[in-house]
Amino acid sequence: MRLAVIGAGAVGRSVVELAGEYGHEVVAVADSSSAVVADGAGAPGGGDAVGVDPDAVVARKAERGIVGDDDPADALAADYDVLVEATPTTLDDAEPGFSHVTTALERDRHAVLANKGPVAERFGDLRAAVDDSEGAIRFEATVGGAIPAVSTVEDIEPGHVTAVRGVLNGTANFILTRMAAEGLDYDHVLAEAQDLGVAEADPSFDVDGTDAALKCVILANVLSFGAADDPADAREFTLDDADVEGIRDVPGSALRLAAEDGRTVRLIGEATGETVRVAPRLVPENGTLAVSGTQNIVQIETTHAGRLNISGRGAGGPETASAVLGDVGRLE
Amino acid sequence: MSDRRDGTPEDALAAEDAADGSAGTDADPSPDGGHAAAAPSTHTVRLELVDEPGQLLAALHPIADNGGNLLSIYHERGNKTPRGRIPVEVDFEATSERFEEIVDALRSEGVNVMQAGTERYAEEVTILLFGHLIDTDLSDTLSRIEACESASVADVSLAAPQGTEEVSSARLRLEARAGETDAALATVRDLAADKGLRVVEPLAGVDA
Repeated sequence: MRLAVIGAGAVGRSVVELAGEYGHEVVAVADSSSAVVADGAGAPGGGDAVGVDPDAVVARKAERGIVGDDDPADALAADYDVLVEATPTTLDDAEPGFSHVTTALERDRHAVLANKGPVAERFGDLRAAVDDSEGAIRFEATVGGAIPAVSTVEDIEPGHVTAVRGVLNGTANFILTRMAAEGLDYDHVLAEAQDLGVAEADPSFDVDGTDAALKCVILANVLSFGAADDPADAREFTLDDADVEGIRDVPGSALRLAAEDGRTVRLIGEATGETVRVAPRLVPENGTLAVSGTQNIVQIETTHAGRLNISGRGAGGPETASAVLGDVGRLE
Repeated sequence: MSDRRDGTPEDALAAEDAADGSAGTDADPSPDGGHAAAAPSTHTVRLELVDEPGQLLAALHPIADNGGNLLSIYHERGNKTPRGRIPVEVDFEATSERFEEIVDALRSEGVNVMQAGTERYAEEVTILLFGHLIDTDLSDTLSRIEACESASVADVSLAAPQGTEEVSSARLRLEARAGETDAALATVRDLAADKGLRVVEPLAGVDA
């Protein structure tokens, strides 16, 4: 498949670097201010285009902060099969990611999203755009990084999944794990996480539960629309429908009291076709959901197949890119 | 390791019980005038006993002493409750009025009644509360949880490492009636919202 990769952060760059290994060719890359389009891919019917040089793209981004000398609009207009939307997640109207995806669909091309915004905030609009298009969308990378959460739910069939829950934010999980293990307070562990690059300078998105909530909203949409006989009757979820509590105020003493009783606290997200809830919850200290450090886990409750647990790396460039490229493979 | 006996297992207790006269049968037309109209019926209580000699007998006395006619005792010696105690199921006959007295007597003797008739306190749920627990009157918080009909507070552990005026944490073990854990948690949530406290709930129905 010929890919146009929009967004040149850790995920976008990893997709560019790894696409060849999966048998795909990157014909265009764009970040917010620049782009590179492979020779010939800018012209209609440029089927003979040779892909962009991944190493050169990554080097230009590192050295000059740009991916190439073309305009971002050229990448969107390039002759690709799949648009990979890997720009930063934005809320509400989910722009510019949403328009990138609909631009691809209007041209009857596929889109694969690593950007949670459009799937969490405008799922209904996305579905409408898909209905009018020959193209399809996939978004495995939006939930749980490398963990195949969405495709597993689809394989089981959403009508046979009663709930999906789990630890879906590595930063929050790292902080809670360290607080419990070292008896330290939140502020101390947050500073450590920032030094290690596990937490961002502004950690709100992670520690307030927003990131985990977006992932659960996406799962709730998958369950709701997937289980409905008529998608027109399905309930659409957005972040506003989620009941969200973060971990910012959890004191070290609460974790100590939990540990005395063989328990610990994890930021658990839960999605059903009716509710979305993210909150710190008490779980058995050595239980399945008490994954440590930046690990994530997704637990799927099914009607006929019992409970499934998938744990793994919930973030990271190559990990998330592997989910993106898995989606590209499913579109072939 | 179970030991189910039908009939009256403890002759001495049963005799005392019969003398009390509340166990009205056809042959014993209830000489206790105060309870003449109330027909005795069979009740089951589920108790939790410490694994020490004499505990079973100590638990049976409040039943016999208050007019219960012992029918059977199911002593699940091989099976322990989550707290490492031994569950015992006792069937006895008593009028409904006597039954309430028996349950009160058992509790005042310090016997843990997990289930009495249709009232089950078998669902245990552990939660954390944190925030300004002490400034917001912890004992009021606990009594308001107790006041809710769904649950009682079985155990409280408090940690206030930075003194009483700073944020502190508490671990509460609640005993909820069967099927009422959600109602009990809802009470705690409302109460916490009212007092600006945070609740960490367990994942209900998830044992792993």
